[in-house]
Amino acid sequence: MPAQTITERILAAHAVGGRAVAGEIVTVRPDVVLLNDVSGPLAFEGFEAMGASRPFDPARIVLVADHFAPAPNVAAAGAIRMTRDFARQHGIPHFYEPGTGGIEHTLLAELGMVGHGSVVFGADSHTCTAGAFNALGIGFGSTDLAAALATGQLWMRVPDSIRVELLGQPGPYVGGKDVILEVIRRIGSDGAADASLEFGGPGVAALSVDARMAVANMAVEAGADTCVFEGDALSAARQAETGAHPSPPVGADADARYRGRMVLDLGTLMPMVARPPSPASGVPVGALRGQRVDQVYIGNCANGTITDLRQAAEMLKGRRVAAGVRLIVVPATQRIWRQALAEGLLDILAAAGAAVSTPTCGACFGGHMGILSAGETAIATTNRNYRGRMGDPDSQVFLANAWVAAAAAVAGEIVSPQELREPVPA
Amino acid sequence: MSAPLQGLVHRYGDEVNTDVILPGRYLALRRPEELREHCLEGLDPGFVRRVRPGDILAVGRNFGCGSSREHAVVALRAAGVGAIVAHSAARIFYRNAINLGLPVLICPEAAAAMVAGDIASIDLGAASIRQGATGWQAQPLGDEVRAILAAGGLVPRVRAALAT
Repeated sequence: MPAQTITERILAAHAVGGRAVAGEIVTVRPDVVLLNDVSGPLAFEGFEAMGASRPFDPARIVLVADHFAPAPNVAAAGAIRMTRDFARQHGIPHFYEPGTGGIEHTLLAELGMVGHGSVVFGADSHTCTAGAFNALGIGFGSTDLAAALATGQLWMRVPDSIRVELLGQPGPYVGGKDVILEVIRRIGSDGAADASLEFGGPGVAALSVDARMAVANMAVEAGADTCVFEGDALSAARQAETGAHPSPPVGADADARYRGRMVLDLGTLMPMVARPPSPASGVPVGALRGQRVDQVYIGNCANGTITDLRQAAEMLKGRRVAAGVRLIVVPATQRIWRQALAEGLLDILAAAGAAVSTPTCGACFGGHMGILSAGETAIATTNRNYRGRMGDPDSQVFLANAWVAAAAAVAGEIVSPQELREPVPA
Repeated sequence: MSAPLQGLVHRYGDEVNTDVILPGRYLALRRPEELREHCLEGLDPGFVRRVRPGDILAVGRNFGCGSSREHAVVALRAAGVGAIVAHSAARIFYRNAINLGLPVLICPEAAAAMVAGDIASIDLGAASIRQGATGWQAQPLGDEVRAILAAGGLVPRVRAALAT
């Protein structure tokens, strides 16, 4: 076996035949198969049409109603019902919906179903979020996952690997979002096509696991097949906390082959904002000072963690959302929502004028709970700002971390969080 | 896989993502006849009225990037798109298209040169494209991709495998 990247080593451990070298076609058996209320129903119909009678392993399937949940209309209610019925019919214990669940990628980790070296196949492009946990999350469409439900495996090309070496410590108001927006700005929206982004180096320790989730989540916005962080004491602690199987971190060989290498000194990063209509169009926040916003959205599978809610509350404590601006805050899971309640964060946010929602994918993908009308502008902690992403084709979305988004809610326009923290002259 | 595909060419640029192919607000729908109405609505709302069965899209870099929503492929197929010639295509979209029997050929030269509004033809077996007097050779299809297309998509392929 030649020297391996983290990606090759994890895939080889799950591949039929035990071998996975970049560029080769292999058959991979995932630990977990993940579907939601949008991708699930098409997959369930595919599963039936394939003549499959039972899923490969009900205990390793996770079904989450998160996109159109709570259901905003009859069609969505039907899709959630199909998802619930599929779980019931096949004895799948892991079905979640509002009240018990949250956004699938954040929830999956909470459930202890992702740890060092895991492989997740998800019918959602942001399945790559699992990379934060030294695991591989790989996104697919519904028919591929219908086949995975039926057979427990799928063919795939083993991705190349691109090494991102992180150095230093992030400065004030710089988080995971800024790391990934800078990576995508450098390599472009298809710069990691056919590749896995592997994050390592001494700077990893300066990023919390929540910050790593924000990074891994948007690997697909650089075109990456998947993404993986080196494991360390922080990821091991999160693994223990969630009750995931206690497995050691999976590392790369010193002489592993990389398609490319990039060095990123966290200390040089500024808070970044990606301009519409591309996540690759990031600029330092100062370059957009004065950009007016109608809506601020803090949440989603990239930045809806307790870390993000603390950042938002830090900016909003004792302040008010600017007149004419709407602030929508969506904790990613029920557990995070309750923790934010216990820490007093929800009250700080609500007192400032935020509408705090139950966990949902909501308006991030233009579904419901905060759609934009023509001519409106939002700043969001979400992961995509394509044309019409959050509503009307003539609305626009800027992407940023939770400090920057919350600061914009207070100012009514994009400002540096640092600026907002300066004492107001008497 | 041997009969040539033929249709009028429609051209689009780079980074045509699945959000503009099938906007998120329609994702609670599943039926092809419902989804076709909104095909490319985020980019070119007139497309659905102009496209004819078998037409071919010639598109730029990273076609189908973004969301894994297979609804985007269902909508394109239901609208009548018979094949896509791309400079490059996002991995999940590419797999979804092949799985539903919609061929995607990767050929930067053809994607750049094909003329909108004129007829082009595609020989899938040879992975070749022709428009008027000009021909192009696309990247060869992988063995698995050929097998899925030959079976008529992933559902019939898995169905046959499970039946044996």
